[in-house]
Parts: sequence; structure tokens; C-alpha cells
Amino acid sequence: MTTRRDFLGVTAATGLGLVLGFHRPLKGQAALIAKAMGTDTASDAELNAWVHIAPDDTITLVINESEMGQGVLTSLPMILAEELDADWTKVRSEPAPADTRFGRQSTGGSTSVRMDYANLRTVGAAARAMLIGAAAQRWGVPAGECSTDVGYVVHAASKRRASYGSLAVDAAKITPPEKPPLKDPKDFRIIGKPMKRLDTPDKVRATTEFGIDVRRPGMLIAQVERCPIFGGKLGSFDATKAKTVPGVRHVIAIPSGVAVVADDFWAATKGREALSVTWDDAGHGTLSSTDIAAELRRIVDGGAVARKDGEPDAALAGSHATIHAEYEVPYLAHATMEPMNCTADVRSGSCEIWAPTQAPTGCRDLAAKITGLSSEKVTVHTTYLGGGFGRRSQTDFLEDAVRISKAVGAPVKLVYTREDDMRAGWYRPTAYNKIAGGVDAQGWPTVWTQKIATPSIAENFGPLRDGIDGMAVEGVSNLPYAIPNMLVTYAKPDFPISVWFWRSVGSSQNGYVTECFLDELAHLGGKDPVELRRRLLKDHPRHRRVLDLAAEKAGWGTPLPEGHARGVAVHEAFGSIVAEVAEVSLPASGTPRVHHVVCAVDCGQYVNPDTIKAQMESGIVYGLSAALYGEITIDKGRAVQGNFDSYPIVRLREMPSIDTYIVAEGDPMGGIGEPGTPPIAAAVCNALLALTGKPVRRLPIVRRT
Amino acid sequence: MPSYTLDINGKQHTVDAPADMPLLWVLRDKLGLTGTKFGCGVGECLACAVHLDGEVAFSCSYPVSAAQGKKITTIEGVAPAGTLHPVQEAWIEVDVPQCGYCQSGQIMAAAALLAKTPHPTDAEIDRTMSANLCRCGTYNRIRHAIHRAAGEAS
Repeated sequence: MTTRRDFLGVTAATGLGLVLGFHRPLKGQAALIAKAMGTDTASDAELNAWVHIAPDDTITLVINESEMGQGVLTSLPMILAEELDADWTKVRSEPAPADTRFGRQSTGGSTSVRMDYANLRTVGAAARAMLIGAAAQRWGVPAGECSTDVGYVVHAASKRRASYGSLAVDAAKITPPEKPPLKDPKDFRIIGKPMKRLDTPDKVRATTEFGIDVRRPGMLIAQVERCPIFGGKLGSFDATKAKTVPGVRHVIAIPSGVAVVADDFWAATKGREALSVTWDDAGHGTLSSTDIAAELRRIVDGGAVARKDGEPDAALAGSHATIHAEYEVPYLAHATMEPMNCTADVRSGSCEIWAPTQAPTGCRDLAAKITGLSSEKVTVHTTYLGGGFGRRSQTDFLEDAVRISKAVGAPVKLVYTREDDMRAGWYRPTAYNKIAGGVDAQGWPTVWTQKIATPSIAENFGPLRDGIDGMAVEGVSNLPYAIPNMLVTYAKPDFPISVWFWRSVGSSQNGYVTECFLDELAHLGGKDPVELRRRLLKDHPRHRRVLDLAAEKAGWGTPLPEGHARGVAVHEAFGSIVAEVAEVSLPASGTPRVHHVVCAVDCGQYVNPDTIKAQMESGIVYGLSAALYGEITIDKGRAVQGNFDSYPIVRLREMPSIDTYIVAEGDPMGGIGEPGTPPIAAAVCNALLALTGKPVRRLPIVRRT
Repeated sequence: MPSYTLDINGKQHTVDAPADMPLLWVLRDKLGLTGTKFGCGVGECLACAVHLDGEVAFSCSYPVSAAQGKKITTIEGVAPAGTLHPVQEAWIEVDVPQCGYCQSGQIMAAAALLAKTPHPTDAEIDRTMSANLCRCGTYNRIRHAIHRAAGEAS
């Protein structure tokens, strides 16, 4: 893939032993997401990873992707260790600091493994070749007579062996090969095998340092009282009483509100409680969810055309039977278990940051901008992330922490309360869909029109092109079903509520809407939902394969206990295709019980099947919490929900059993962190449709407002 | 500011703190015991689980003044130094954590459950462990690991 001569760079022949880095180009969807996140560069290549082989045989891979639970600190080392023929028990990994040597760093879009796969293989193979070269020189034998054996270079003829660690310093002097030979995948002994995570022991001992655990000498703890009204700002405040609270050191105004800086979190809490603040609502103080829903309805017919096939209007008019429906989804908070936080130490000539961030480079650049320092004077340490789900590619917490540290002249850890976190915005956007479909006399769908009105995430990065936000229509503009007449439009409202990437982005709502409406058409035409999908996916064998696998493993069509039904959904996102079948019952309480989920995923060539299973379960429960309960509503310009009592997430007693099956056919690699999320809401709602005969056209299913 | 002497993981610690300061923030901010996590502050997620005289407590909502005189155990002291609790061993064998943030609370809750109920049924696990939230969806592995720690194949 990469043709740059400087693909590999050997940078240090020190006591560290062999140190290798590599460049990677950003292409396709990853480049788009990187651009959207403001993390692309004019250059097409990036220095991305470092391999340290120490004299004691320990191999450390410094990973410039953020570990937020998705397992990159294990899966990426696996790729490299495979080609290096390393002893896996000697492999370690650690997060990289934000550093130009590592290029632009940001983690999102389910990209880490698929973007780094080819390059990490090459780096591993090159390092192996260099180690062989060093051994050959030492032994005075041709390199071609040497091979490797799990952490050793061997010369079979003379029965000599040398460990990688003993060769590392010499290997660093060898010129890296441009195109080292790669293993035949059939010889893989690490890639594709279920491997234990490298970060588990520390997480189980609770010695892993998350951002919120950072401690620095002389550090103060800050909280910020922010304007509760989206789009509002600070009016005036009186800090007299707050400053008398023991432990409160500073009370200062910053652009986002009033910062209370104290010796500890509790003193900051008490200081906040003693604040007197008035807010300027900037005219947004009456906005409600009702207003928002009405505005989406008002604009929905005026959208820009994202896709048009055939003659949808004529086809609707000529259909044997039609359904017209409205589908709605609410704003959603990410609700990572670790609330947003950031530690900053701004000095006169330097700035040091410790952040649980998906966007280390974005943090560095923003800190440089705020402090006026050059970016080389800013150091960003990426800590472990207590969940990310997209939220931590925002930098609001970084901005506030840097401003506060700069103002008070001390290291400051800014910590959001759960309520601060949940009410800070950057939500998954609410969406309204006006949708219509028709079937012919045989019951087969012939037309689909979907008009989408939803706030734009892409607009955070600049004006939309041709009025379309690609993320708002993803999964719909590329709906794979063979329906000859299609129309997809997009209309963008303007609300003061910030929106952002939320696990699976536009697919999080579009997968729900499209797969539920397809089941409505199946019922209208008297078709079995699996049979209908099979027919409409005739030109998409990968989709059909996961559908067939999920249906077979779930026993689609076989009898179930009284009061149970199955629902199915298929969705492609981030290059992977996932089918899920949910078995659901509806107790008298009205809260559906999801008993079992069968998941089939095609992510192409995969690295760690145990991580794929974990990520499918994770994506499913994340989507299930949203489908059942997730809802941020707006009243008087403010977010109503603030904590897990009003924004419930699925608990252990509600957890379905989940069986995941991986399709492995050597197709192009897809992502794995997000694609498990979109189908689950539809699979559950389609089971409810089968049970009750009524479609679920609005989420969450269990509504409290 | 009042002074409290706390028995934490078998050691005595004296801290100056307001009476209403939650034990969580005494542990984290005053004593540097950061294994106990802040998740919600209102007793909804149990990321802050500690043992008080062997009982699971929400340290985020438990005032330091009430903790004096109790035997406080945190994740740092759930097993003797240099060893792992059987629950921690099971967690490693099953590879439970994803992001890992909630797991110290999950482990503390599971350890307390097994101390009282060495062979919990699924219903007992449901009842006890549903106080802990996990956003990564590790619940099925948690259930599996608890059975494993109980010496069952599951």
C-alpha cells in the first residue's frame, strides 16, 4: 500500500536495542473521519508505531491508538508479533504520548486494526529480517541460511541460536528491507487465534491509570459550573460564599462557566453549591423537546436528495399497498463510566497534559492554541480511557483544564460530575424520519422513500457540501436492498445543542429505522422477514451470508416458548456486516425482556476472535440500553436527565445471553468497535412487531417522558 | 476540620476531613487510593464499591464520619500484597474487562457475594450484581467469572 521510501525508519541504536517506526497513509473512510475530526494533515503519511526490542528480550510496542476497551493494546501487538515470530509472552504494549514522531493521533471510526494491519505486518517482518541479518553477520553465514523460531534466530546447519534481545543492538544497524517477505496467512500462529488481553491483569488489580486517577505534585481539583442552557452563557456570579468553603482555592470565570478550584473534589463540590450564578440564556431558555420535534417535522420535506433511483413518486402511487410512517429517535448521551476529566499543568514555557482522549493530537494543538505555546512545548500523555464511544474525541474537557491551570498557575485536574458529563451536550443527534414504502401484488417491495431530518455532526467541521451530511444518511443512502425505486433526502435543522459521534454514528439510528420499516413491509406483503431480506440481498452475498448464518444459528422459524418471538436485523457499518436475531418476550410490566441474541459478523480477515466476541457483546448491550431506555430530553433549554437514575442503562439481570459467530472468508477488513450496535434496536423492535402486530416507531421503547 | 482515624486495608490512617465528605473522596483525593472509582456520586453504579466490615458499601455516598470504627477494605487490599483474590484470578482467566473502569467495583461486589454465598445461583448473581453498572457490556463474562471463582465450570 505504501510506496514511500521512508516507510520504515530506524531511529535509535541505543541501549534500548532495536527501535522501528512506520508511516501509514490514511485512505477512504478513515481519511474522511480523520478529516471530520480535524486530525488529517497535508501529508498523506504518518509515523505511527514504535517497536522496542530490549536486550532482555522484552518487546514493547508503543501504540498510538487510544485504549478505551476495544482491545487495541492487544490486537495491534498481535499483528506485529506474528510477522516478527516473537514470543508472545514477551510482548508488552503501552499507549503513545502525543508526539509528532507518531504522526497525527486519533482513534475513531472503528479503524485501528484495519488501518494498521498491513503496515504492522511489514514492520514485524522487517524487524525479523534485520534480526536475521545481525545474526548472520555475527556468525559469518549467509542470511538466507538463517530462520527464526519464536523469539530466536537460528542457523540450523551449525545449530546456533541467538535470542532477539541479544541481537537487537546490532540489528538496529542493519538497513531495513523495503519489502520484507510476509507470512502466508495459513502459517499464522497468533493472528486469528483467541489471545488474552495484555491489559487485563492491571485492570483487575486496579493499577491501570485512567485519566481521573492522575495525581501530580501540588495538583488542585477543579469543577466547572456550566451554563445549563444550551447556547447560553455566563451572566454574572458571586463567589464570596464559595471562597469561604474550606479547601476552595480559586473561583474564576472561564468561557464555559465558573471554575471552582480546590484541594479535593469534595471541597470543589461544596464550593459549587455555595456559588451564586445567573445565566444569559441567549434566547434559548424556552426550547423543549416538543419544539425540536415540531421543527424537524417542519423542515423534513425540504431536504436535499442523497439518493434517487427510478421513479419513487410514481411507484408509490402505483403500489398495490403502501405504508406511510414516522420514525423518531432521541438525543443520546455517551455516558462513559469514567466521567470526562483532564489534568493540565501549564507553566510559562511548557504545558503538560494527561488526558483520557481519543484525539491526542487534537488535544496538543488546542492546548498550544490556548496557551500560545508552540506545539513542541505541549506534552500530551494519553492515559487509559474509561470508555470512549466517540465522546472522548471531543476536546471540551481539555480546553477547560488548560484554561484553569493557566489561570491559577498550578497543575489542575478537572473532573466532571456525572451530571456535568450527561448535560454537557455532544449528543447522538435526535432524528425524525418520514418514510413510505410500497409492495406489488405479490407482496414484494418496489419503492422506498425516506426523508431524514436530523442535526448535522459534519457541520462541526464546516459547511455541508450539496446540503448532505454523509453521516446523517449512512446506511440509508447505501441501503443494500434491491428495491427499484428509492428516494433518500436530508434536511438539517439548527438547534443550539451540540451533537457528536456516538458509537456507530448515523448507523445508530438509521439501522433501527431501515430494518424496522423493512419488517413493516414484510408484514404488509405477507413475507417472512428473513426470506424477504434474502431475496432483496441477492446482489450482496456477504450480507446474505451473515443473515443466513444468524438465522440458522438462531433456529429461525422453529417453535419458541409461548409469548416469545424473534426479530432479525442486518446492517453494514464501518466496513463490516452484522446480522442479529433477538428473542424477546413482553412481560406485563411493559418492559421487553430480551432473552437471547444471536450475532453473525463478517469483518473480513480478523485478528483476535475473542476481542471480536467481546466487541459484539459490547456493541449489542450499548445499543440495547439505548433502545430500551436511552433518551435525553430538553426542557427550558436544558437537558432533563442527569444521572443513571433518569438515564438507565442495562444491568446484569437484564443482559441477554449472546452467541457470536464470525464469518471468515478473507474479505477486506472491516471495523469491529461499532458495527455490533446498529442492528440490535431493530432486532428487538421487530420481535415486538411479531409479538404484538404493532411497529415500534419511536425510541426508546420504554419511555418515561 | 474534624479528624478521623480510619482502618483501611488493615492500616490506620488519620485524615482531616469535613464530616460529610464521602469516603470515596477521602480514599482517592486524600489517601491516593485511586483503585476505587467515581461513576455517579449518587449510589446508582457501584463503581465506588468498598467493603465496610465485609459488607458492600457505596463509598460515593458514605460519609467519612460514619466509616470511622469500621474495617474498610478497598480493591488495593482485597487480597494480601503480591497475591490475587480468587475473584481477580477468575477475572483474568475469563478476560472480563474491556475499558476496565467499573471492574474494581465489580470485583469488590463479587468478592462480598462469594464470601457470603460460596456457590451463588444465577438468580443470586442477578440480584447482587445488578447494582453494578458496566457500559462495555461485560456482564456475561462477569457471571461466568463468578461461577468460575466459585469453583464451578459454568
